Parts: sequence; C-alpha cells; structure tokens
Amino acid sequence: MIQSIAFILGTTLMYATPLIYGALGGVFSENSGVVNIGIEGMMTIGAFSGAASTFLLCDLYGPVWWVPWLGFLIAAIAGGLFGLLHAVASVTFNADQVVSGIAINFLGPGVSLFLAGILFGGSTTTPAIPLEAKLLRPFNNLLQDNPILGPIFNQYISVYIALFLVFVSWYVLYKTKLGLRIRAVGEHPEAADTLGISVYKIRYLSVIISGALSGLGGASLSMAIIANFRPTLISGQGFIALAAMIFGKWKPQGAMWACLLFGATTAVQIYLGSPQVGFKISTHLLSMIPYVITLIVLMGFVGKSASPAANGVPYEKGKR
Amino acid sequence: MFKKVTALVLATILTVGLMSGCTKKTEEPKEVEKAEGKALKIAMVTDVGGVHDKSFNQSAWEGLQKAESELGIEPNYLESKQEADYASNLERLVDQDSDLVWGIGYLMGNQVQEAATNYPDQKFAIIDNAYEKTPENVIGVVFKEQEASFLVGYIAGKMTKTNKVGFIGGMDFAVINRFHYGFKAGVKYANPECEVMEQYAGAFDKPALGRSIAENFYGNGADIIFHASGDTGNGMIEVAKEKNKYAIGVDKDQNKDAPENVITSAIKRVDNAIYNTAKDLKEGKWKGGSTVVYGLAEGGVDIAPTSDKLVPKEILAEVEALKQKIINSEIKVPQNKEEYEAMK
Repeated sequence: MIQSIAFILGTTLMYATPLIYGALGGVFSENSGVVNIGIEGMMTIGAFSGAASTFLLCDLYGPVWWVPWLGFLIAAIAGGLFGLLHAVASVTFNADQVVSGIAINFLGPGVSLFLAGILFGGSTTTPAIPLEAKLLRPFNNLLQDNPILGPIFNQYISVYIALFLVFVSWYVLYKTKLGLRIRAVGEHPEAADTLGISVYKIRYLSVIISGALSGLGGASLSMAIIANFRPTLISGQGFIALAAMIFGKWKPQGAMWACLLFGATTAVQIYLGSPQVGFKISTHLLSMIPYVITLIVLMGFVGKSASPAANGVPYEKGKR
Repeated sequence: MFKKVTALVLATILTVGLMSGCTKKTEEPKEVEKAEGKALKIAMVTDVGGVHDKSFNQSAWEGLQKAESELGIEPNYLESKQEADYASNLERLVDQDSDLVWGIGYLMGNQVQEAATNYPDQKFAIIDNAYEKTPENVIGVVFKEQEASFLVGYIAGKMTKTNKVGFIGGMDFAVINRFHYGFKAGVKYANPECEVMEQYAGAFDKPALGRSIAENFYGNGADIIFHASGDTGNGMIEVAKEKNKYAIGVDKDQNKDAPENVITSAIKRVDNAIYNTAKDLKEGKWKGGSTVVYGLAEGGVDIAPTSDKLVPKEILAEVEALKQKIINSEIKVPQNKEEYEAMK
C-alpha cells in the first residue's frame, strides 16, 4: 500500500516537471501582457537543442560533469531565442500574438527536424545520450534501493530545479521591483509608461524568460525522462502547460498545483492499469481519467479566473 | 524603413521555417536505365513518424530503395504530419501517375479503402491491415508478429532470474494483441512458472508513461520487459539502463539504444514485404483483392541479429529449433486472448 502511494507520488513529480517549466514560462509572458501559445514550439526546440548538444559535447569531451549542465543551458538559450522571435513579432511589430505563437509552434518542430537531419545523417531523432552524461540524480546513491523513498525522491535534478524555479518566479513577480513592473505592464501599460517604465523592454524580457523556461521544460524531457529527442516527444504538453497556467490563475504557485494535479491524475491512471490492482479496467476508460478529473476540478473548485487586463493587446506608444 | 526591412526578413524566416517543417521530399529519382522505356513508379505515404523514424516507416522506405537498385523501379514518398494528411497524400501520389501506392500503417486503413473506391484503376497496398473484403485493386499485408514475439518471450522465460517478466503495449487493438499473446505464450512455453505482468499505456508517443509503468514493473520484481508501444517504450528502455535491467525491443533492432540492456528485439521486415510486392508487380504477378501474410516462414518477422551479444548460445540454438517448429506448424502461436486461453 505504502509502496503504491510512493509510486503514485513519484510518477506525479516526474510527469508534472516538464509541465511546470512550460507553465512558468506562460506565467511570465502573460503577466507582462503577451499571450504565448508558442510554448509547445519552444519546448520542442529546447528538447532538441538540449539532447543534441549534450550528445555532441559528450562525444567531444566525454561524460564530464558539466556536459549536461551546458546542454541544459543551451536548451534555455534556444528557447530564449524563440521567445525573442515571438517578442519581435508581437511587441515591436504589434502582430497578432496568437498568430505569432502558432507560427512558433510550426517553427519549433520544423527547425528541430531540419537540424537533426543535418547533424545526424538524415535522422529525425538524436542518438541516445549515455547514462553518465544525462542530468544528475542527486539522491541516487542514497536512495536507489529504498523501496519507499526511492520511487518518490530518486528523481533527476530537473525535478528539483522546477520546484525551486516556482519559488523564484513567485519571489520575482510579487516581491521585487521588476515583478511589479512586469505585472503593471500586463495590467495597464499606458499607466506604466507614464511612470517611466519601458513597456517594450519589460515585455521583451518577459517573453525571452518565457522561452528560456519552456526550453528547459523540453530539455527536462529529452535529457532526463528519456535520453534523446524524437518528433513525437512533446506531443501536446506545451498546450497542457498553457492550460495549467490558466487553471492556476496566472500565478506561479497556482500553475504548479495545476501541473501536479495533471501529473497525479496520470499517475492514478497508470496505477489503476497496473497488474497490482487486481482488477482490469479498459485502457480507454483509464485514458479518460486525467481529463475527467480536470473537468470536475475546474467546474467545482476553481473560481473565476481573471487574466491580466492588457493580456493579448499590443501596446502602441502614444495611442489613445 | 528599417522596420519594414526587418519585418520582411522575419516574415521570410518564418515562412522558410514553416516550409522546412512540411516540405515534400522528392528524392531525386536516380536515372535508372529504363529497360522497357518506362520504369515502374511505386510510391508510399508514411504514417506520422516519417521515413527516418527508425521504425516501420523507415523500414518501408528501405524496401523501396532496395527495389530501386535491384529492380529499377522509381520510388517516391510523402510524409504525413498528422492523420488528416493521409487522404490528401494518397491522392497526390495517384495524381503523379504512380503504378502502385502504399499506405504504411494500420491507421490508414479507411483512407486507403476510400481512395481505392475513388480510383478503381489505381493499384494500392497497405501495411498492417487486413480488410474483411479487400477491394480488387488493393493488397493488404499483415505480419505474424505473434511468431517473433513468441521467440522473444521464450528468451525472456529462459533468462529471467526472478520468474517475473513484463509486457507494455501501446494501445489495446489487434496488432498489439498479437505481440502481447505471442509473447505470453512464449514465456509460458519456456517457463510455465513465470509470471507475466502486462499493461497497456494507451499511447504510442508518451515516453513518460512507459517510464513509470516500467519503474513499477521492475520495482515489483520483473527483470525483463518487452514493449510493443513505439516511443512510449523508449521510457521503458531508459529505466532499464538506469536500473541495469534487461529489456526487449520491437519492430527494429533497438539494441543500439541501450547496448547493455536490450537483449533482443522482435523485428518486422516491412522492407521485405515492400520489396517482394514490387517484384511481383514487375513480374506481372500482382494479386489484387487479397491479404498477404508474412510470418517466420516468409522472412517477414524474426528476432534481431544482435541477439547473440547478450543471449547465451544454448538459448539461441533452442530458438532456432523453435523457429522450425513454428514454420512446420508444430507449434501454433496464439494471436489474441481467445486463442491464448484456448491453448491451455
């Protein structure tokens, strides 16, 4: 029994991690007033660049400790570049933010597959990263044989970084001057502008952070959960992250709980399908569980969620 | 002015990016000497994996390439990015005067049938699908996955130390059931005491699901897991690496994903099926309206050639003997739950 609970908790954490990164990305972008439905594409390019660069670095320098960290960083930079692209289109050129986001969602997989083809001889997947060059599992020596704490806490470092980043995001958004500015720009850009805040700068920064975080989310899949990039790897998780952010009322901690809920429902789905349960439920019914529970929670327990007032509205200086 | 130029440049980048995502790949058809004036044009529509998926789409394309170099046909393919592309891709290949159009994969069954009704003079063929009533201009090709699965099941049953092995399936339908019950029968044939843990993930593209199912199986004592679940199974292979357990791959030889852990794979020779059909077509032996079955005897399924790295020689020798028995139908391998239960 305790082992089953441990299994469910561990799966929850593992499954929720990429979503948490993506949702935090959404929180930053949308709090500054830029709708970002390009999270999916940013996660894809992050997943590809993380896996590809780690593999290539490992090939060159062997599995040194800094190889996965550099790969993880490169994933953030690649995601950030896509964020920059989204920012140029939607902040500087006042393009429709949804359209720009959709373009990013096409561009992410397109560029990834194109580069994979060039780098790895026409293949759409990257070669597997050796186990030693993957991200760190900080408690592996301590917990790998522990039947209860092992399944819960013997996770890759990306899981703990995600939880830490939730705290950092909350702190930045609600306890610092920068956070106040980001939120001000998202609520009432004209007012912020009259007070001498550069709306464009703040929005650029937020969207780039958003891309970087989403890129990390993709890399947490391709460098920890498995060890390579493949075209079907992200398959809709960017959109689930987006839903989690809205579900979490545009707040980092809310988004985290929403992601954990999605993770938990998936874990329950897997647990109920496992042989230990002792009775058979149709897999088709089991696959519905995450969505049904989400709907129930949305209907029953979450009140009205309000987005930042200026979310999705391009800001033009001097326009009345 | 500056803004306009930048906008233009960015727009171009975006468009080019879009196109790189969904370009139609027309491999320059090599000038094959055209013996009788006109080479046979054989084309295929891939499933969403694309021709480099290291799985059955790639295998199919390899079959066409072999037919190109040995039979002088003119190959071509279109990649489907999503299910909605199947029908339009099939039509595009018909418009290009292909002599034969392949649909790769069970999921294309309805679209191929529809195209066959709309173009009664066009020849079609499909991998992994058997129609109840095959149209006159279509060949269905199916594989006896259960036979290869039986063999890897036998290996698992012999090699397990804990007397527990696992099976992870993608979705619960006929093709995957053949893997499932063939494997189970093989395990029990080798080792009647051995327990088989089994679970369907409900998806072929969710490695995180494969991962947690595998963690649960290994955590509960299984020491070898076989998967028939596409990318979902990649999560399983990853756990096998981390926990240093054994895994069994599917469709293609997956040993290079984890050389120390993937002991064998149940492989499907889609390339052989495609090549043989091209050969038949060229020699005028096209058998429209039928379903062709590829089993061990026809060279359609097998275990991976790299199995000798981790599987002991004695067991492989026994597997060779089993192959003969299956080919001579001394052993009839079950392909679904009913047949499996009838066996006992």
